[in-house]
Amino acid sequence: MNLAIEARGLTRRFGSFTAVDAITFDVKPGEVFGFLGANGAGKTTAMRMLIGLLQPTAGEAWVAGYAVGKESELIKRRIGYMSQRFSLYDDLTVSENITLYGGIYGLGSTEIEDRRRQLVARLGLEGREGALVRSLPLGWKQQLAFSVALIHRPSVVFLDEPTGGVDPITRRKFWELIYETAAAGTAVLVTTHYLDEAEYCDRLTIMVDGRIAAYGTPTDVKRNAGAATLDDLFLRLTRPGASE
Amino acid sequence: MRALRFLVWKEFLQIVRDKATLAQMLMVPIVQLLVLSNAATFSIQETSVAVVDQDRTTSSVALADRLTGGRQFSVERVTASPNEAERDLVEGRASMILHIPPRFEEELVRDRRAQVQLSLNAEEGAVAGLVGGYAQAIIADFARDRSATIRAGGMEVRPRAWFNATRNYKHYMVPAILVSLITIIGTLVTAQNVARERELGTLEQLNVTPLTKTQFIAGKLIPAWIAGLVIFAVGLAVGKLLFGIPIRGPVWVVMVGAGIYLTVALGIGLFVSTITRTQQQTMFVSFFLLMIYLLMSGMFTPIESMPSWAQMVGAATPVRHFVWVMRAVLVRGAGFETVWPMLAGLGVAGLAVLALAVRLYNKTSG
Repeated sequence: MNLAIEARGLTRRFGSFTAVDAITFDVKPGEVFGFLGANGAGKTTAMRMLIGLLQPTAGEAWVAGYAVGKESELIKRRIGYMSQRFSLYDDLTVSENITLYGGIYGLGSTEIEDRRRQLVARLGLEGREGALVRSLPLGWKQQLAFSVALIHRPSVVFLDEPTGGVDPITRRKFWELIYETAAAGTAVLVTTHYLDEAEYCDRLTIMVDGRIAAYGTPTDVKRNAGAATLDDLFLRLTRPGASE
Repeated sequence: MRALRFLVWKEFLQIVRDKATLAQMLMVPIVQLLVLSNAATFSIQETSVAVVDQDRTTSSVALADRLTGGRQFSVERVTASPNEAERDLVEGRASMILHIPPRFEEELVRDRRAQVQLSLNAEEGAVAGLVGGYAQAIIADFARDRSATIRAGGMEVRPRAWFNATRNYKHYMVPAILVSLITIIGTLVTAQNVARERELGTLEQLNVTPLTKTQFIAGKLIPAWIAGLVIFAVGLAVGKLLFGIPIRGPVWVVMVGAGIYLTVALGIGLFVSTITRTQQQTMFVSFFLLMIYLLMSGMFTPIESMPSWAQMVGAATPVRHFVWVMRAVLVRGAGFETVWPMLAGLGVAGLAVLALAVRLYNKTSG
């Protein structure tokens, strides 16, 4: 079976500081994979290497079958990315952002038109296509950014803390979008701080100081560590000695 | 290259939507042109002159009259005594002495050449140079009318006045100001545009798409290039209508020149944006470069008075070459056949700096 992502000893050092320390994991197509860890644990650095924004120092990784660090431009055709910071153009309208990214990914005019219609319908944005993105509420902006990251039907999509700062209901809706996407065969790699969200993942890793401290399904990682909840486990891993 | 069309389209939408920047790009150059062309004038008015006339003929009187014919000079005193005039100069009543020696008319008529002497108060070197330049030009005019030459105290006539018979420095300065304006606006707007996208995070989003570096740079260059040409054309029209600057050569040569020059100016802006991270850094580096190449371009100060290393730096600035092209075409009426080597040089510089920007632009860090 072709893996969506495979990392073998992937490492990134900044000077003498090792941000990501020889991590090894894989993500299957159609899987929702959680990347957990405290701030500074190396989640974002690891993700930036996988999407070709940062060169690895050591180790190997493949995304959508292409080698990270060597075939970055080929990888970029096959992935979608939504950063922590909202990164659509807020001085363009909903429709214009869709057209722009459709065009950048080389879609034809009719394809762009079709996907625009589907996307707008799925998000319930009918009638708001001409609104400047700036004027949308944050929850909608994030769902739009996610949908635009999927405009070219990538095989893997990377979400870096996609639900920061929104209410629980909007987060719930966002996760429904994630499930729909995964069900259609796209692998989703998502970093998050919210441990309840981690329970929604098919599999997850918890990163501590650049290393993978736990890896598996939510049930497995809890059982292996003898922890009642992910919350418990997370606290024990990130603050050793604090919980006992 | 289809992706490029979408990038250009997006830039134009953003330009049109950002009313503040749009106004800045269109109004600022016009206002600056109006204001700066008055501030950056080299003209002088009502400089007081003492005339030492030891010839006392109709020719010598006519020469003194010619000097005061314009508004540049007013004669403070006409005397036969050099000492008296000297005192005026030393005590500040006069800024210049025109000394017409005996037998001036005789030599002028018989030999078609004569000599006068100009003595200048050189406390302010630049002003003295200007005053002397004006006076010499007027004396040369006078001599030409009589099909003769008059050597004026061994001073050289500055070449730039040759084609500016009215000595209207606006004709000389307006094209230069226009060039410096599109340079400043072009460099800053492109550099800041990229830096802004970097700060907002939209650049990172573009960097994870399959856009090539060339497409990205071209996508930033083309809209700014078109906007720059429009601003330039508007500025040229304002210069023509309000200042009556001459357009003696073909306009298309100037526009082609502007098009080529803009690739250099914008390329420098893009280059700056590839080596800086924040808008503030971009601003500093851009200004640093702009100050150097505008001030050393010879646009505002004569290159001849700079030390030789500075002259070499000045010779390398693209601004200088385009200002030369502008003045040649507008004032002197030169055509494409005269200016093409300069334009070719600018074109090569433009390609080089753009290639550098593409090379340095990094989709991947570290």
